[in-house]
Amino acid sequence: MRSLVPLRAGAAVSNPRLIRLEHGSGGALSRELVETVIYPAFRSEAYCELSDAGPISPGAELLVTTDGYVVDPPFFPGGDIGRLAVFGTCNDLAVSGAEPVCLSLALIIEEGFPLDDLRRVVQSAAEAAREAATRVVTGDTKVVPRGTGGGVYITTTGIGRRLFPYPVSPTRITEGDAVIVSAPIGAHGLAVLAARESLPVGAGLRSDTCLLFPLASGLFALGDSLRFMRDATRGGVAAVLNEIAGNGGSSGQAWGIEVEEESFPVSAEVRTVSDLLGLNPLEVANEGVLVAIVADCARQEALDILHALPAGREAQAVGRVSARHPRTVMMRTRIGGSSVLDYPRGLLLPRIC
Amino acid sequence: MSTQSADERILASELVGEIRAVAARIGRPVKLMEVCGTHTVELRRQGIASLLPESVRLVSGPGCPVCVTPAGYLDNAIAVAEAGLALVASFGDMLKVPGSTGATLGSLTGRGLVKMIYSPAELIGLAGAAEKPVMFLGIGFETTIPTVISALLAARDRGIDNLLLYTAFKTIVPALLFLLGRTGTGVDAFLLPGHVSAVIGSEAYAFLREPGGIPGVITGFEPLDMLLGILLALRQLSAGTHEVQNAYPRVVKPGGNAKALRLMAESLEPRSEPWRGLGRIDGGSLGLRPDLSRFDAGVRFALPTAVDTEAPGCLCARVVAGEADPPQCGLFASRCTPDDPVGPCMVSAEGTCAAWFRYGPGRL
Amino acid sequence: MCLAVPMRISRLLESGRAVVAQGAVEIEVDVSLLSDPRPGDHVIIHAGYAIETLALEEAEQRLALFRRMAELGQGN
Repeated sequence: MRSLVPLRAGAAVSNPRLIRLEHGSGGALSRELVETVIYPAFRSEAYCELSDAGPISPGAELLVTTDGYVVDPPFFPGGDIGRLAVFGTCNDLAVSGAEPVCLSLALIIEEGFPLDDLRRVVQSAAEAAREAATRVVTGDTKVVPRGTGGGVYITTTGIGRRLFPYPVSPTRITEGDAVIVSAPIGAHGLAVLAARESLPVGAGLRSDTCLLFPLASGLFALGDSLRFMRDATRGGVAAVLNEIAGNGGSSGQAWGIEVEEESFPVSAEVRTVSDLLGLNPLEVANEGVLVAIVADCARQEALDILHALPAGREAQAVGRVSARHPRTVMMRTRIGGSSVLDYPRGLLLPRIC
Repeated sequence: MSTQSADERILASELVGEIRAVAARIGRPVKLMEVCGTHTVELRRQGIASLLPESVRLVSGPGCPVCVTPAGYLDNAIAVAEAGLALVASFGDMLKVPGSTGATLGSLTGRGLVKMIYSPAELIGLAGAAEKPVMFLGIGFETTIPTVISALLAARDRGIDNLLLYTAFKTIVPALLFLLGRTGTGVDAFLLPGHVSAVIGSEAYAFLREPGGIPGVITGFEPLDMLLGILLALRQLSAGTHEVQNAYPRVVKPGGNAKALRLMAESLEPRSEPWRGLGRIDGGSLGLRPDLSRFDAGVRFALPTAVDTEAPGCLCARVVAGEADPPQCGLFASRCTPDDPVGPCMVSAEGTCAAWFRYGPGRL
Repeated sequence: MCLAVPMRISRLLESGRAVVAQGAVEIEVDVSLLSDPRPGDHVIIHAGYAIETLALEEAEQRLALFRRMAELGQGN
């Protein structure tokens, strides 16, 4: 056995110079990485706001977005990495106000990955593209040695055509705007976790992977009253709300968000499983949930639009944008108390303590 | 809102009203200490801390088993995993905790060196199928200890001899005695952990009735349970009594779970090991009895005793004893954050400093 | 340290295990720490083990108790 490193009083507990798994979990550390390392390299006068999808040139009608998919395991209840990759990228376009025009698909495959599984993945991606009324027009394939890839990784790039004439931006948010969550939260992350770790709990859960374009395009009808949209992926609804509170407002105005705990749509099954695993559904990844900020006067109309669509039947208004406690998401708890809804921190792991 | 939650909110506000009235009668600030990581988080997450009057202060004691486990324990576990001596199995809680070099067990799961489990029951199958020894990280208080021991003995009974236990079990009563003996905490009453109490029974806290004792209320985890626990503690303070009250009778009985207690007594013996931040606590740990030493990973791998030296400026030793609040630590929220923890109170999501960082003091 | 969830025993299995349920969620747990587990019992589940039985009459009286406690504000 190698000699144990002696404890050093005063040593930094973690080396801030190395990337950790937590940088990828969609919480506070992910945000910090993007803000302090990634954005500064690419910001410019023309592109001061680097959002989920950007115009191919300033003011252009065409938007471009890209995403990497590293989900483990590649096949999970309710979906697979191929379907996830196509839908996820189309969803980024949708919440940016665009319909998909075409996609590229790059595969990084680990040596030893079964050929039949690869066939299933690409066929699933092709089927998903058909459902999204778009197609994969180009791609790339690489193979990496065994042990250096997670089975298969996928990067998709999507080109979209802007349909919504207003910028979908946190700078258009204003006090009193309503916060809407389109569907029950927490299913995807729990389903994937249960599958990956072969947990005896959560085997019945299915990912909510689905296309958000019908919901988003339905909301386009709100015009200027639709301020902002985002799909709530890793980090869950908590991450999205904190990002909005961190970024919202024009000319440096920072808003707070107030939400009502009881109003978030959560299935009874997700509630029980997350109680058993010690997880908070608000922090769990989704793949079929859209968060929208709309003018208060349009709140009911937005809900009516969503309720009329299969994927939006359980949409709820969960709170509003507030001038109080800027940059913070405050939650009114079910007993009427107050609690800060923080960014998720660390990896999403079950706990017994 | 459903009628059930409307009821809950009404009852909560009645309990809060009553808490305010009793606090006003007491007429001085009082300090209630809970000693359970789940209470630490839930009191804030459910918004209870935000509803209490200024004069009622909630402090957290050493109720987070991850937080009171020395970093050296984790260093040993990481070393065993990396050397391939055993497949290290652990609850999810420990996987994110950094050892003294910043490495975590979580980063070894991808290489097949560490396996996360949800229930100790999975260890039986895991060890049965493994060629190497399987070393389980046995952390936790009395809620968890019987579940781990049950799995170990079940494996033994099936002739599985490669399941090893690396114990870091802690017991709550010695910690409470330690805190009572420590002047300067200024704690007026204990909110006692409901599920630990389900195992050890309400009579385990009889010492609180002795001279020098303070009120103790066994408290559950639903918001109304916690409000009730706080109310009963305040009523005792107002009356000047120090009794042990059971505010969670639907789960906690006077004698606890006899079967679980017997299992623990037959397999484990008290040890006096250091709790991170607090130092040595008499009889505050449990280790495997000599007749089970062949399952003891510490013995099998001759693991060095885990000792800690805390970083300079880290106030955890006082925070975990309820003597200081996290913001009083110079490192809090600057050098020491949940993403980059320095001391034990920040490493676990249930630690006092982590809860304070995420949820605020609770008061607005 | 005390994460535990109340669930109901649906049926007993062999070797000290049982299926417990809450709503649509059914899981298998170990009930060997209980002295006399029976289908229909409500139990507290921690880390895949039932650690204690929930006394249902107590739970049902709980709300009534809260109301009384709040009402009996006077005294003490």
